[in-house]
Amino acid sequence: MSLKDKHAIVGAATTRFGKVPGVSALAFTVEAAQLALADAGLAKDSVDAVLCKYPPSGFQGLWAHKVSEALGIQPKIAATIDQAGATNIGLVQYAMMAIEAGLIETAVCCYGDNPLSGPPGTYSKPRGPEGAYGMFGAPSGYAMIAQRHMEEFGTTSEQLGHVAVSTRAWASKNPNAHKRDPMTIADHQASRYVAEPLHLLDCCLVSDGGAAVVVTSVERAKDLNKPPVYIMGIGQHHIAWDLPQRPTLTTSGAKISGEMAFNMAGVGPQDVDVCELYDCFTVVPMITLEDYGFCEKGEGGAFVENGTTGPGGSIPMNTSGGLLSESGMAGMQLIVEAVRQLRGEGGERQVDDPEIALVSGQGGIMHSHATMILRN
Amino acid sequence: MTTEYNKPLPRLVNEAVSRPFWDAAKRHELVMPRCLNCSNMFFYPREQCPNCYSDNTEWVPVSGKGRVYSYTVVYQPANRAFQEETPYIFAIVQLNEGPRIPTNLLECEIDGVELEMPVEVVFDDVTDDVTLVKFKPA
Repeated sequence: MSLKDKHAIVGAATTRFGKVPGVSALAFTVEAAQLALADAGLAKDSVDAVLCKYPPSGFQGLWAHKVSEALGIQPKIAATIDQAGATNIGLVQYAMMAIEAGLIETAVCCYGDNPLSGPPGTYSKPRGPEGAYGMFGAPSGYAMIAQRHMEEFGTTSEQLGHVAVSTRAWASKNPNAHKRDPMTIADHQASRYVAEPLHLLDCCLVSDGGAAVVVTSVERAKDLNKPPVYIMGIGQHHIAWDLPQRPTLTTSGAKISGEMAFNMAGVGPQDVDVCELYDCFTVVPMITLEDYGFCEKGEGGAFVENGTTGPGGSIPMNTSGGLLSESGMAGMQLIVEAVRQLRGEGGERQVDDPEIALVSGQGGIMHSHATMILRN
Repeated sequence: MTTEYNKPLPRLVNEAVSRPFWDAAKRHELVMPRCLNCSNMFFYPREQCPNCYSDNTEWVPVSGKGRVYSYTVVYQPANRAFQEETPYIFAIVQLNEGPRIPTNLLECEIDGVELEMPVEVVFDDVTDDVTLVKFKPA
């Protein structure tokens, strides 16, 4: 049984991004879900599943139930999932499975948080005993991954900079992006170190905001507001917990989750017209491109040089500005951007007639990964 | 040794499981858990061997020698107590016996670290009760 082309995203929405004081994680989540349902032209009584990624700023048990109550929905399935930055694609996958099994017809997958204006929460907490040695949060973990990539393959800081610069060039075309000022390689190189070899401009933003998508069967999708965006392929892979014990730091869950998604979709990297790849740090989409097969392992640095992924490049990537420039929130906005590109709603940043979009999510310090392939 | 150490100390999630490691460190000895069923040596300490799930494990002394698997020079720690230490070197050291351990490198210039560089253990008595396991160039 394949899930290919049986389900569609029929609603997609984002809230304001950036520093938005006075709006709670709950309010961002509700606003995003409401906008996504309106985008689809569905009333809330059409929703029979509410699937949520937990907000890291302040984890609360039964979060999806709180969201459901705030939305005035009593769904057949309400679930809060924790796969960190891979969760949002995971939510879509679980929605597809539940629809395919006949348990539900329509799911809203939603996420919102206020880590910039609200409490920093888990971002500053150590993940294990390494806190005693001064390792907190994600930058030092991804710095050690970047260090290995540089050692094993000769990747340079300037090559990482090309990811940041290309992404900012896209963000400058997005009126809702958190950061839109032009950026050069020199700006990237001059920005201070957070955790060497990662400069400040290698690190994603911390942003308030929310995003949501509505998933339903292709049958239900036929007579709604917008043309359906079909889900061709989807997969996950989880590298598990302890960072120091990983056999390698330079291959991520993108390899196996990508194979699953491409195999299901029956397409390959050469068929992809636009990529929205999780970019919590510049090294992440570089490794993801390698593991998905856009280039050989270790050649990601050379691949992203000279604007390959920027506006006008051969592989448009993170067309709304990604986590690096549009919003630091954990990935739902990347799904929304892929949907917008496939609908032709990209405005100034619209890619020419894309037919296939690739989206990734990655969580923790390469702990989790998810891949989704969409078409119009 | 100082009585004004204000940085986070190791949190013993399971006292019985982790205590021998920190007691040994206080004696300036490095020990690792090893499975008595399958001989797998592993880190971090935990109840069951992650290879065969046996809870029949022992603590064995190791050489304290290894090499740098990866590292970062931290300039902006998320925890304020570490600000005064910046820039400092956080590293993963691969012990000659196999397991990798998160640690700091001491007695080493921040631009003097190379991957695969040989290192040896140094014990940092940060409080009267707690000794952290760190490394320096060998």
